[in-house]
Amino acid sequence: MPLLQIRNLTVEFATASGPFRAVDRVDVTVDEGDVLAIVGESGSGKSVAMLAAMGLLPWTAAITADEMSFDGRDIRSLTPRDRRTVIGKDMAMIFQEPMSSLNPCFTVGFQIKEALKKHLGLSRRERHERAVELLDLVGIPDPATRLSAFPHQLSGGMSQRVMIAMALSCNPRLLIADEPTTALDVTIQAQILDLLARLQQETGMALILITHDMGVVAETAQRVQVQYAGQKVEEQPVRPLFDAPHHPYTAALLAALPERATERRLPTIPGVVPGQYDRPAGCLFSPRCAFADDLCRSTEPPVQDAGLGLARCHYPIPSPAKEAV
Amino acid sequence: MADATAQTAPTTPARPGRFKEFWRYFRENKGAVVGLYIFAAFLLLALFAGLIAPHDPLVQYRSATLVPPAWQEGGTWSYILGTDPLGRDMLSRLLYGARYSFVVGVVVVILASTGGILLGLISGFAPKWLDTFIMRLMDIILSFPALLLALVLVAILGPSLVNAMIAIAIAYQPHYVRLTRAAVIAERSKDYVISAKVAGARLPRLMFITVLPNCLAPIIVQAALSFSNAILDVAALGFLGMGAQPPTPEWGTMLAEAREFILRAWWVVTFPGLAILITVIAINLMGDGLRDALDPKLKRS
Amino acid sequence: MLRYLLSKLLTFVPTFLGVTLVSFAFIRVLPGDPIIVMAGERGLTEERYAELQAQFGFDRPLYVQFWDYLTGVLQGDLGESFVTKKPVWDEFFSLFPATLELSIVAIILATALGIPAGVIAAMYRGKFFDRALMSSALVGYSMPIFWWALLLIIVFSGNLGWTPVSGRIDLLYFFPDVTGFMLIDSLLSGQKGAFASAVSHLVLPSIVLATIPLAVIARQTRSAMLEVLSEDYIRTARAKGLAPVRVNGLHALRNAMIPVVTVIGLSVGMLLAGAILTETIFSWPGIGKWMLDSIFRRDYPVVQGGLLLVAGFVMVVNLIVDLLYGLINPKIRKR
Repeated sequence: MPLLQIRNLTVEFATASGPFRAVDRVDVTVDEGDVLAIVGESGSGKSVAMLAAMGLLPWTAAITADEMSFDGRDIRSLTPRDRRTVIGKDMAMIFQEPMSSLNPCFTVGFQIKEALKKHLGLSRRERHERAVELLDLVGIPDPATRLSAFPHQLSGGMSQRVMIAMALSCNPRLLIADEPTTALDVTIQAQILDLLARLQQETGMALILITHDMGVVAETAQRVQVQYAGQKVEEQPVRPLFDAPHHPYTAALLAALPERATERRLPTIPGVVPGQYDRPAGCLFSPRCAFADDLCRSTEPPVQDAGLGLARCHYPIPSPAKEAV
Repeated sequence: MADATAQTAPTTPARPGRFKEFWRYFRENKGAVVGLYIFAAFLLLALFAGLIAPHDPLVQYRSATLVPPAWQEGGTWSYILGTDPLGRDMLSRLLYGARYSFVVGVVVVILASTGGILLGLISGFAPKWLDTFIMRLMDIILSFPALLLALVLVAILGPSLVNAMIAIAIAYQPHYVRLTRAAVIAERSKDYVISAKVAGARLPRLMFITVLPNCLAPIIVQAALSFSNAILDVAALGFLGMGAQPPTPEWGTMLAEAREFILRAWWVVTFPGLAILITVIAINLMGDGLRDALDPKLKRS
Repeated sequence: MLRYLLSKLLTFVPTFLGVTLVSFAFIRVLPGDPIIVMAGERGLTEERYAELQAQFGFDRPLYVQFWDYLTGVLQGDLGESFVTKKPVWDEFFSLFPATLELSIVAIILATALGIPAGVIAAMYRGKFFDRALMSSALVGYSMPIFWWALLLIIVFSGNLGWTPVSGRIDLLYFFPDVTGFMLIDSLLSGQKGAFASAVSHLVLPSIVLATIPLAVIARQTRSAMLEVLSEDYIRTARAKGLAPVRVNGLHALRNAMIPVVTVIGLSVGMLLAGAILTETIFSWPGIGKWMLDSIFRRDYPVVQGGLLLVAGFVMVVNLIVDLLYGLINPKIRKR
């Protein structure tokens, strides 16, 4: 039984000018100890799908799904109260902007101990010991004094470490990291990623890593799921994905990696992700796709089988082996 | 619709005019539009009070003192809202009173904002010592409660509507100075100002033509706020006997004259106050709409 | 924090000097000779005029007069009332508790109702409660409070007969001033019904005085809460599985309080201005009524001294608010 199972999730936001579909029929499956990367440009609905699973979307969002279950329990049928015993305990999340994700009015210690009190019911002393242990675990020097620091006294990297400590406080079985390194300096990014990878291996928790950076994916993930404009367009384990992308979008993303550049100029994907008003009729990627034809522009593409990475494409790129034929 | 925009995308549509854009945001706030209509009606009534008012506001009909409103027993349709203790027609006095309130609002806002904007601009551009001096001066004025300051000024200058307006304008001025200065300091370091400076614009041009137009949004919002506050405070001064003097049909003064009759004739007290309240509500509603439309920082999505 | 405190104190001194200068200048520099005014209709002989001028020191140069005034102020000497011949300082502090009592009750009323109302309105943004509350707040801060007071008197004192029209307590009761606060003194006196009488006298004036601050605090709390609720750290708090009561009431409110405290501080100035109207209407023997009466009587030393003390009080309150602001905002406290 998978730890987190989401099938056919659709999220629509009610806006002043009609509904906007941020997530469109997406499936996500994560097993115990799994590391899944969800990749896509900004606006591809990666975060929204996970926020829906956490129940953190505003009330303007309409969520529909065939299945949404965590550890075999249907998340949607839980009362808000029951749901809050899962959120923050078994299922934790860290966010993109560590500096603004910590409450400026409370000390780091207060914010960590709060979750310990809520979910584990530890005594005052136990909470303090656990908080020190957690800060130590995420590599913060001098943890005991740092507990009384306020967020504005911390750097971005430190704040993200605190966020990770907070998320890990109740030994979650699934950690969702929403672009955890985007707002940080390049040198700090690698540290935080290493930390996440190490913690994942030590604790054996499952990790969902949301990112737009293919480089990050290659280093940390086991499986990759590529999203575009709210749809899942491809899913494969890491190695095969990098070796043989089946969806033209995946291929284009990989081609845009500096390490893979073959020419002097780095290839880019022209255009932007379609927004609320300019969704094309057929394949959502067709306006930017190098291979698109009239079929792509008029008809929605089917989802291919697992051998072709579940690519949502009329003309998936075949594997290199078949190319010889 | 979606297709049409996609196809015409290369030719970006002309940006709507500033006023049109403003109006679009303003219209979104239903309350603001209602406020605008009420304010417009109030303005028209004030302008044409001479034509609409059934009676002269100062004429005392000695045979008809404290006549109740027309719909109440003993009322007559020739005095629709009744008469006051001296037999003057309430409706006519209220209509003429609208003139005073409107003039008060306009004059106070003009006086306070002109002085305040000037001082604020100077303060924002001036060397530190002058800036500090102006700001301390404003702190001093702000230490006195506005109404108290106005009362004392009026007491010294002599009670009259003109003095009341001047006094209140002085009391309101610091708000404009602070707002303008804050906006100027925020704008001053922006690239367009620096480029104007590099292009050789001299200080007055820099102050009034380059920077000032970009600081106007919060000032306009403040203007709406002090318009309504001025009406309230001048009415309060009138009520305390330090504003417009009897027999001027100013709303606050009317209330002061009616005070002793509050338990006998509800209409002499109720209507002037209601007139003040509705006018002030209308202006404040407009002010909220202005803020939403003009101040992007406060704009609610 | 220490530097913050020091910088606040440093601006306090020049502002206070300026306030002294202004209240001095009002009487001495602006047109209108206080001695002529004091003499009133009867007029004065030349000799008597010169005598009075010498007595008040008006014949000396202005800067000397100001210096005398300033040194007097610093020693608590604000001159004597023309009318009662009592020191202004003593008169002020015998009446001040009445105004303070009224203002404290009003600000407690405004805060205790305004903050929860603003929080709930923000939580149910756009719903019926929010709309109803914000409409009432709009009416509240557009209210001419002198008229509002009259309306309340018509209904509650006139029609229903529930509350008295004026004063602080029924004439039946007499007891010595201990604290100057009628609510406390009436309890201390142990007289039956005294406390109830004090409360019933206080109800209408404090409602009137609280109206505008209440509306302003509710609006400010709501908009501060709305801003805070869209912050990332609120999402973090919810992601921890905390209950909405804790997320809104602790995480959000604590941050939203920072601008609200400023507004509460600013409303002290509004309270004192409102006290002039409220005290006059309800014949409440406090500073506001005293100032207004003195203005009408041209009792210049009282006007001058009262103006200075009121401004000084506002400045002290602003200083306290600044400190409070520093305390609840960790960015200032821990620097």
